[in-house]
Amino acid sequence: MYTYNDYIKEEKLPHIWCAGCGNGIVLNALLHALADMQIPPEEVVIVTGSGCLARLVTYPNTSTIKMLHGRVLAGATGIKLANPNLKVFCLMGDGDGATIGGNHLIHCARRNIDVTAIICNNFNYGMTGGQYSATTPYGAITTTSRYGLVEENFNMAELVKACGAPYVARCSATDVLNLRKYIIEATQKKGFGFIEVLSACVTHYGKNNKMGDAPNMMRQIDSMCVPAARAKNMTEEELAGKYITGKLVDRNDLIDFGTSYQRLREEVTAK
Amino acid sequence: MKAAITLHEKRCKGCGICAAFCPRRVYDIKPGEKVTVARPEDCIACRMCEFRCPDLALEVTKL
Repeated sequence: MYTYNDYIKEEKLPHIWCAGCGNGIVLNALLHALADMQIPPEEVVIVTGSGCLARLVTYPNTSTIKMLHGRVLAGATGIKLANPNLKVFCLMGDGDGATIGGNHLIHCARRNIDVTAIICNNFNYGMTGGQYSATTPYGAITTTSRYGLVEENFNMAELVKACGAPYVARCSATDVLNLRKYIIEATQKKGFGFIEVLSACVTHYGKNNKMGDAPNMMRQIDSMCVPAARAKNMTEEELAGKYITGKLVDRNDLIDFGTSYQRLREEVTAK
Repeated sequence: MKAAITLHEKRCKGCGICAAFCPRRVYDIKPGEKVTVARPEDCIACRMCEFRCPDLALEVTKL
């Protein structure tokens, strides 16, 4: 019987993130989800890249590895195929997962690798000083868009859905019980599980866009979220600037890469 | 008392999320300071502060 405390290196706390950063909530939810699923710590691999969230590798009492910037899913693919018994969690920020590693994200979803990808979307590059990323909303003020951003942002959940991922969910960081539920479901899904967490960067994005302190910023992010069931009855104008949350895709008809590769290997070697 | 609240003060950075989202206003916080468990007797052990705490500083045990 594993408890929450078996998954964390308490001596490493307090962590390095800013006060009110959503990364801590994601770490909290992930550790609680691991304890709920009773996966032995030695069978868990947490893969991160670069950026604020990548510093998460320090805290869990599981196997962890840090990849090059944006190459989280590439490394995770190798780990999962080399040892399919491991549970691989890929934790990325929006800069790491969707902007620099965007190509890996779409192809990992398309190939349907059996890993769990969690993207903590704080709408900017936090660690390097608050530059805009591919998920920064139109018109937002960042260090590199002082008068407002003139680019449209990625809708990551829709992107991954279009690439054929069997499990896609999105929630805000304060929606902690759903977040934990989605992590568990994505892990138990045989195939690519994707969760987008809308998180707060109080130090850069919040300050630049005058969103106030951590609780105020979290409330504003919550107000941008529309549950999928309610979004069905809303017009496109009403949904402008909103994020549709909830379980967006849950398919059981797709075979993951590892299984089909193993099947092919057995067929070929039997001849 | 419905719950025992453990606050790891060393880990708390005073972001105020627990105080703002607590349904029973158990916590008090002043700007720039760490949180204090002001009214533990009002806690209903929903544990949302524990799960929402970004600093992993709170533990709530149901009694």
